[in-house]
Amino acid sequence: MDRTAQQQPPTAQHDPPESDTSASQAEPSESDGVETGADAVVAALEAAGVDDLFGVQGGAIMPVYDALYDHDELNHVTMAHEQGAAHAADAYGIVTGEPGVCLATSGPGATNLVTGLADASMDSDPVLALTGQVPTDFVGSDAFQETDTTGVTQPITKHNSFAQDPDTVGDAVGTAWALANDGRQGPTLVDLPKDVSLAETTSEPDSPETPDTYSPPTEADEVVVRAATEALEATQRPVILAGGGVIKGEACDRLRSFAREYEIPVVTTMPGLGSFPEDDPLSMGMAGMHGTGYANLALANCDFLLGVGTRFDDRLTGGVETFAPEAEVAHVDIDPAEMSKNIFADYPLVGDARRVLDQLDDAIATGPDLTEWHETCKRWVETYPLEYEMPDSDPLKPEYVVETADAVTPEETIVTTGVGQHQMWACLFWEYTEPRTWVSSHGLGTMGYGLPAAIGAKVAAPETEVVCFEGDGSLLMTIQSLSVAVRENLDITVVVLNNEAIGMVRQWQDGFFEGRHMASEYGWVPEFDTLAEAFGARGFRIDEAEDVEATLTAAHEYDGPAVVDAHIDPEENVYPMVPSGGDNARFALNDEQLEGLE
Amino acid sequence: MSRGELPGAPPEKRRTPDGERTDQGIPVEGVDRQTHEPRRAVLSALVKHEPGVLAEVSGLFSRRQYNIESLTVGETIDDSLARMTIVVEESRPNIDQVKKQLAKRIPVISVRELEEAVQRELVIVKVDGDSPDQVNAITEMYDGQTLDAGPRSITVEITGDEQRIDAAIDAYRQFGIRELTRTGYAALARGEKPTAQVSEPNQAPTEAQVKTETIADD
Ligand SMILES: Cc1ncc(C[n+]2csc(CCOP(=O)(O)OP(=O)(O)O)c2C)c(N)n1
Repeated sequence: MDRTAQQQPPTAQHDPPESDTSASQAEPSESDGVETGADAVVAALEAAGVDDLFGVQGGAIMPVYDALYDHDELNHVTMAHEQGAAHAADAYGIVTGEPGVCLATSGPGATNLVTGLADASMDSDPVLALTGQVPTDFVGSDAFQETDTTGVTQPITKHNSFAQDPDTVGDAVGTAWALANDGRQGPTLVDLPKDVSLAETTSEPDSPETPDTYSPPTEADEVVVRAATEALEATQRPVILAGGGVIKGEACDRLRSFAREYEIPVVTTMPGLGSFPEDDPLSMGMAGMHGTGYANLALANCDFLLGVGTRFDDRLTGGVETFAPEAEVAHVDIDPAEMSKNIFADYPLVGDARRVLDQLDDAIATGPDLTEWHETCKRWVETYPLEYEMPDSDPLKPEYVVETADAVTPEETIVTTGVGQHQMWACLFWEYTEPRTWVSSHGLGTMGYGLPAAIGAKVAAPETEVVCFEGDGSLLMTIQSLSVAVRENLDITVVVLNNEAIGMVRQWQDGFFEGRHMASEYGWVPEFDTLAEAFGARGFRIDEAEDVEATLTAAHEYDGPAVVDAHIDPEENVYPMVPSGGDNARFALNDEQLEGLE
Repeated sequence: MSRGELPGAPPEKRRTPDGERTDQGIPVEGVDRQTHEPRRAVLSALVKHEPGVLAEVSGLFSRRQYNIESLTVGETIDDSLARMTIVVEESRPNIDQVKKQLAKRIPVISVRELEEAVQRELVIVKVDGDSPDQVNAITEMYDGQTLDAGPRSITVEITGDEQRIDAAIDAYRQFGIRELTRTGYAALARGEKPTAQVSEPNQAPTEAQVKTETIADD
């Protein structure tokens, strides 16, 4: 197969733009200095230390792309769809900890970003989106490819702005980058009218800075810290709930040493996977709707809950009345609005996770004696282990595929996923030990996230293995991104847990809709291995358990994008499961128990 | 899936999340944890005077389903800033959330709940012009002004608090109200106490601050 990795610089667009309504076309600049608004945008990205961009060209954003022409040091990855650009930037943000940048043109380009921005917003992932806009004079006239992008994206961005002035457009981009990065991270957007990008300016942007009026909290109130530690010292059944904010706040090491010093069991949320090593004896795994039985029992029975960097999402808490009913809750978060939003915080500790954990540590005189609690937790781990039918069973079990993929890849391998059953199996049956190795769509639950996210993750960490678990339905939503992985020769392994159905929906229909499988069984899906080959990637197929290890090894060793179409048991469901709004202590381990819970 | 034998104090002996706590986390005897009775709160927000801010704030209220009674916005002495006065009717936990969600928006510089406020609303009423003397008498009684008078209609202006305006409208009803428009509240903190100010941006109010404000008016 001829699939050479051609790292071509972005070529100039010679076709006429779809709508050239701009008054003047600036001469392409040869020099490094800022001559146009678009140059200022690029200079702002450079000042922010941006290395990689993900985007799709188009009329209104062309001046910005043209300015990029002279900047080989900025690596632009041409995506196949703007949704993929946003997801790739999102994953890039998760892996590097700094904003991933995506670009799109006005109108459909911008609206295609919307799902990705909403996703980043729900998960507080740092993303900077730059969108082209019709020239200022045409704004409001329903011009060709005009969409009110700032209006549409306002509720799903941390902040957005409409650039009006070429002299300040660079700073607007810098500010947006800084806002995406600082405090509680999130997506930001700058809408760039074409005339502003083309207009002359020599105004060099400053290094990125948040506005003076933006000051995220750092330290928690000392009085609350003391009250919380007094309560903690007196507890007998404490649990730490580590959320995604632990990772975003670079507080994993701090949390680990804190938990180990006081020997407090640690439960993670789904975005918190990797914040605490799952092979540590104190780890109780992930909690929530499809969390481990022992994690959920620990939450349900604890008398003190230290939640760090979590927003107590409903998929985690189940019904709020039955969530940690006996616990006093100490809540550490950088966003004051998370305090008592979903779960009442007895001890609101607003501040930077790492700093607040320091404060707590300093204030604790003696930790509680938890010998009995550890025994109870251990008993739960032994009573409710994660189990599935033996790997040699026919048909193939998805859990076994995930476990084997974990076994044949290095420790620090990054996992990305789509949304559905496969995502839950990837949570439960892969052992996460390091932060920023779990990249998924949590709050929005966006099918199709996995493949573009794998692209973003690989660009962010070219030396690290990237494995993407996808469902057949979810992968079909963004499969066009495979062309990007091939063009960029990205060494990623996509494992399709193929049940020829949108399995998670089928599972809910089995559980809650009397098995009426409306619009959930495909009956026919493409041959993903041959489809992969058509794209220029390597395709593999697995039907038997005995082939799993060898095939996954071959796919992982293949130097380039590989797609493994693993045909799994179409009947397999995800357990444990707490029904929506249920009591975390009452989880089902199989279909019959789920019926019993209804 | 029973919980089995658990170590520690029996449930009734444990400290539970029920019950009010001070911002220091100390339980306050005899107070319910959250009062869900809606109450009226007058919020003042100092915001950047830039395009899209009004949409951003009003969008926040609708998408989080907060019940907004009135929202007014206008310039301040500083050209770059505008002040919004927002009256909401919500439960206490929701009012806490409103304040924090507002403060979180980037163009919002500072948010305050005005417990002691001087607040005024303006109404313009157009009534039938058949009994000009009686209309004038009512207008004088409410310290109002006649803005326009013709043979068929009279237009008057009244300012005051909500009750006063309600009462005035009631009084005009007898003449036949053709149409009216109310502005919603504009408010400033009473006395020395500052309204939302630039000098103390509460982009990130600590929980303690937010709580003290609400506890104070219960
Ligand atoms: C964009 C989008 N549309 C619809 C859904 C609803 N949904 C959640 S899971 C799921 C099924 C996913 O099926 P598949 O990708 O095949 O994964 P499986 O559950 O079979 O592993 C659907 C349709 C969603 N989460 N996202």
